[in-house]
Amino acid sequence: MQRVATLLGALLVMAALWPASGLDMSARAQSPIQADGQNPMGARPTADSVNEEFLFKQSPKITGRISIPDGKAANLIQPQGRQYQMFREGWLPWIGALVILGMLAALAAFFLYRGRILTDHSQESGKKILRFNAFERFTHWMTAVCFIILSLSGLNYIFGKRLLMPLIGPDAFGALAQWAKYSHVYLAWPFMLGVIFMVVVWVRDNIPNRIDWEWIKAGGGFIGSKHPHAGRFNAGQKGVFWMVAGFGAAMGATGLMMLFPFAVFDVNGMQVMQVIHSLIGVVFIAGILAHIYIGTLGMKGAYDAMGSGKVDLAWARTHHDLWVEQEQARTASGPQVASHPAPAE
Amino acid sequence: MARMKFLCDADRCIECNACVTACKNEHEVPWGINRRRVVTLNDGKPGERSVSMACMHCTDAPCAAVCPVNCFYTTADGVVLHSKDICIGCGYCFYACPFGAPQYPRVGNFGSRGKMDKCTYCSGGPEPDLSTAEYEKYGSNRLAEGKLPLCAEMCSTKALLAGDGEMIAEIYKQRVLKRGYGSGAWGWKTAYRETVAI
Repeated sequence: MQRVATLLGALLVMAALWPASGLDMSARAQSPIQADGQNPMGARPTADSVNEEFLFKQSPKITGRISIPDGKAANLIQPQGRQYQMFREGWLPWIGALVILGMLAALAAFFLYRGRILTDHSQESGKKILRFNAFERFTHWMTAVCFIILSLSGLNYIFGKRLLMPLIGPDAFGALAQWAKYSHVYLAWPFMLGVIFMVVVWVRDNIPNRIDWEWIKAGGGFIGSKHPHAGRFNAGQKGVFWMVAGFGAAMGATGLMMLFPFAVFDVNGMQVMQVIHSLIGVVFIAGILAHIYIGTLGMKGAYDAMGSGKVDLAWARTHHDLWVEQEQARTASGPQVASHPAPAE
Repeated sequence: MARMKFLCDADRCIECNACVTACKNEHEVPWGINRRRVVTLNDGKPGERSVSMACMHCTDAPCAAVCPVNCFYTTADGVVLHSKDICIGCGYCFYACPFGAPQYPRVGNFGSRGKMDKCTYCSGGPEPDLSTAEYEKYGSNRLAEGKLPLCAEMCSTKALLAGDGEMIAEIYKQRVLKRGYGSGAWGWKTAYRETVAI
């Protein structure tokens, strides 16, 4: 049955081609003898050739056939390299400086306006409640240490030659940049692992809900004097979590493409990966600067959560009242305090 | 001072790859690296042309601009060279190069590629001219000996021209006028932001 179908198909194709080939032959037979040096197709093989203009109209880069194993060498001209140059040298240093210095300026302005958010000594209960266990703290600090080194070595790719090289000279800077590159390439792995661990241990406490909306509407306690309700993580912390998860995934994905260059993309794809990696990178750094500020200088008592892992119960009641209630209900053996309304700050 | 450029007359190139071989031999280029290559366009179709391509030693070279450690420099002859002592093998110059010239001795290993290698216009690197250190890192320095790049010098059809930009453009212009056609100075617009006006 199949054979009959194939045969029929072949006959159909032959029938379709027959008139065409017949016409072609008759046309060739009828055409007069060609003038010297001209071929019957009417093309002049010496003079008529492809040229740059024609090929660039067909495709943004000129690619041909190459007789060596390196497939990338088949690209003859990719003018996109000039656009990449424009982005990396024309735009990126300005964007990076603006975003990071802008964040530092905003944090400084906030500090001058609001000062350090304090918890009065008189309010401290002296009792401690475990906020982050050892694994959570390990995950946080592994990711944090990697992040700091990755951001410094990452910024070195953009600003090193502008700021550091004139100070220490090209040879010392070359050696430093080589080590910065190794650290960037190798610490990317524990960083990606840390982001995965963080998502696994904290995602269930970071699902946005109605309380977050109330928290945002109340200004999160940053503006005004009242502390809105919050679970284990308030809306701001959830924002940091999702930023780390989202940007971490994007940095990881684009970074992997650069760790294994040309495994997936061609040269233009690699350029796009670079652009995404660098743009998200500088925004990520600015975001984490704000996170570092509020976790250390910006708010008294906040650092203990990631330092020792234990926070003062009164601090926890002020900032994460719903979480404290939940913890106390869950662990009867946990530290208990008399249920009284939290004093107004 | 001359402004050194390459110009490949594609109407003469016969894709013999002798330029590629000569380059590899002259500079003892490591395995897997081709400082020069021949790309065939419209292969097997009417109007097929082959173009011999290497580093074009661009004006406002993109590789030099994007290098995060500024390891590139342009000589008085307009040749774009780099220092392998400073290079960190980040790969940015390959992304920026319109002609795919920069290459790396290793691939992978988390992107640790080794020191970049590319066409030096047969003029070595930052080390003292004709020194052993220069030869080991960058190959021979024919320019210091008063010779032009070997690829162009030994091209059997004289398709590949090397030398001062104005002189080779003039030679190409004469050829085009004489024979009545020419597929153009490949890559000049991207590399030098100018073409050979005919």
